[in-house]
Amino acid sequence: MKTPDLIKHSLAALGTALALAAPAVQGQTIKVVMHSDLKVFDPTVSTAYIVRNHGYMVFDQLVARDEKGVVKPQMADKWETSKDGLVWTFTLRDGQEWHDGTPVTAEDCIASIKRFNQRDATGLRAAPFIKTYEVVNAKTFRIVLNEPYGLLLDSLSKPSLAPLFMMPKKVAETPAAEPIKPEQVIGSGPFIFKRDEWRPGEKVVYVKNTKYKPRAEPPSGLAGGKVAYVDRVEWIAISDGQTALAALTNGEIDMVEILANDLVPLAAKNKSLVVEPTWKQTYFLRPNWVNPPFDNPKIRQAAMIALNQEQILKGMVGDARNYKVCYSTYACNSPFYTDAGMGAMVRGDAKRAAALLKEAGYDGTPILLPHTTDLPVLNNLGPLAKQQLERAGFKVELAPSDWQSLTMRLRKKEKPSEGGWSAYMSSLDLNDAQNPIDRGSFNTNCKTSFLGWPCDDKMEQMRDAFARTSDPAARKGLAREMQERNAEIVTVIPLGEYSAVSARSIKLEPTFKQPLTLFYGVKKK
Amino acid sequence: MVYFIVRRMLALLPVLLLVAVFAFLVLRMVPGDPAAIIAGETATTEQVAEIRQRLGLDQPLAKQFVIWLGHVIKGDFGESYFFKLPVMDLIRQRIEPTLALGACALMISIVIAVPLGVLAAFRQGSRIDDMVMGLSVLGFSVPGFVLGYALMYVFAIELDWLPVQGYTRIADGLGPFFARIILPASALAVVYIALIARITRTSVLEVLNEDYIRTARAKGLTEVEVLVRHALRNAAVPILTIIGIGIGLLIGGAVVTESVFAIPGLGRLTVEAVLSRDFPVIQALIVLFSVAYVMVNLLVDIGYAFLDPRIRY
Repeated sequence: MKTPDLIKHSLAALGTALALAAPAVQGQTIKVVMHSDLKVFDPTVSTAYIVRNHGYMVFDQLVARDEKGVVKPQMADKWETSKDGLVWTFTLRDGQEWHDGTPVTAEDCIASIKRFNQRDATGLRAAPFIKTYEVVNAKTFRIVLNEPYGLLLDSLSKPSLAPLFMMPKKVAETPAAEPIKPEQVIGSGPFIFKRDEWRPGEKVVYVKNTKYKPRAEPPSGLAGGKVAYVDRVEWIAISDGQTALAALTNGEIDMVEILANDLVPLAAKNKSLVVEPTWKQTYFLRPNWVNPPFDNPKIRQAAMIALNQEQILKGMVGDARNYKVCYSTYACNSPFYTDAGMGAMVRGDAKRAAALLKEAGYDGTPILLPHTTDLPVLNNLGPLAKQQLERAGFKVELAPSDWQSLTMRLRKKEKPSEGGWSAYMSSLDLNDAQNPIDRGSFNTNCKTSFLGWPCDDKMEQMRDAFARTSDPAARKGLAREMQERNAEIVTVIPLGEYSAVSARSIKLEPTFKQPLTLFYGVKKK
Repeated sequence: MVYFIVRRMLALLPVLLLVAVFAFLVLRMVPGDPAAIIAGETATTEQVAEIRQRLGLDQPLAKQFVIWLGHVIKGDFGESYFFKLPVMDLIRQRIEPTLALGACALMISIVIAVPLGVLAAFRQGSRIDDMVMGLSVLGFSVPGFVLGYALMYVFAIELDWLPVQGYTRIADGLGPFFARIILPASALAVVYIALIARITRTSVLEVLNEDYIRTARAKGLTEVEVLVRHALRNAAVPILTIIGIGIGLLIGGAVVTESVFAIPGLGRLTVEAVLSRDFPVIQALIVLFSVAYVMVNLLVDIGYAFLDPRIRY
């Protein structure tokens, strides 16, 4: 045998021996690389999407939205409303248990709702309408309102950015500003978090909750029967996209939730993988109302006119199958979608924007645009926007940094020269752009509005009216008016929708159209 | 010797105190607020302030430092802001992969680099020497992550001999352990091989020109005996020095290698902690790495005395 052959055969023998020595792959286990590692376990405190996804593994919702956005009972068996709309009575389904074996009770649900209403923007809006909570019996409770509140069910079924999940009372009594600890992750959902197998930064393990009783209806959106077909789900932490794809190609994992755009063509060539658009999001620019030049509404409008949604999407996403121009502040698939007020906006009309800048008396104050350099899905937004805004006559300074430093900067209301900022860009899950209340950018309450700190009484009055009415036609009209108002005052500039692309083994078969990455309703061949 | 070791251990204390002060202050000066990261983009200023208060970040810096130092003296590095786990538990979970990776890389480096360096010196000016020096330059020049991807592509994807990523603990079997550690350790070792091979070559070359080597040859010793018993032993001190200094390279390299091969070690923990501004974790890691560096160099100093009887402490 020649020496090279000897080496080759020896290495092959070594490889075989090592492969045989490896532990056997368990059946019915899904191993997946999620978009981020899980660090915080409390979906009420953290608005990170990975924490939300963790929430849908272990917790369940009282009521949930189906694929059409209609609110359906989930842990609740039913609900009834008094004629005057002030008393809402919820009855829980039979046989529901927490993962520690104790029964789900009305008290648990009330504690969970109370905590959510202290923390979440939607909950904070609902809280003043709630007069009292009443336990009728172990399975039934009432929410008594001061006055009719049209968004109660929407609030209870909030699907994303800190959804309302039910937790045992002992967990839900944790102060709303304090994230629950890993050992407190006790839900009633289709999977159980395995605290003892959790290795921070390596893997998060969930096992099937064999006592979970799925609803009889088929799954739809985030509602319906949550049937866990696999015994175990492991979220494997691989921070490097290239390595994650290599591991998928090699069969070591079953799915990569989000592929970097430049890896999509490579993955698409592999016939053992299904590469498809999945997680739908929308890019946006948020102007800072506190600092010049965006303290002037006309200058904000000029930016909205100058930016070109299609060019940004082409630059960011590239493949036209994975993006969608959407001239609306609401998701194009939402019941409130409208293009009202957006006629001339985000189409890159530099000439018109320049004229408006002149009319507004723009003095050349630079726009300081913090821009992230460590998130591939956002990295190019800053340079693209700079180019478009400068074409219209804006002066733009980019402030590159890692995302965490950027979020710190965004907390500062000071002038850009003192560490503040003028505008920032990011992306939002379309589940969070379904209506004017979910769309937190429309919060223009001078006291509670977040980053950018818009302050507009008229918009707030419309949001308030929207919250109070439950008439679908009136709501639609108000949503339209709010978008028109946004075109005048500009709290947010929508920059188009895109789908993140996932890759999964052909062995994985989702049984329904998932609105976000879920692991119930997924079979493994 | 014992006096020397005790003296060096005592000297470690002011070093650690300085490191602790430095780590604490530098972290507070860089932008980034763990409370804001936990709260997310849509949280109000009040909500972020509330979380800051719960984490104790609203206290004056001096007070925060004194509290932290008080705990550290008792061996308690606090709790991770994010994982809500004691920092020492996190480090305990992550230390084995990094130690294993470092030890394997070190073994591979020494086993390959020392003979290569000796061979290059012995055959100075030959093709072997040119080849060793050429490979050494290449080893310095190719970034660890590029090499990592290349090894992954060849041995995991194309040949399908080894897994792409991850780590199997030694307790779970030596076969799976080696299957997962061999590629990252090789990728990490390359720069170290280049460094040690060059130093070995230079040291051995210097020694080979000494009078006692000529004497050894004149006594009729074989070339192997001359090299191993006389040349290599006398050239060992600079080689040992570079191995000690190179531990810093290994620690730095581990950060990249662990990320490429998804090894849950201290390198990745460092990156994750820095990105999320998990102050207690970063502070503990800086102190830990400093201790490791000082201890390795202490061992190197002790090693000198064994290799060269003229060195006495």
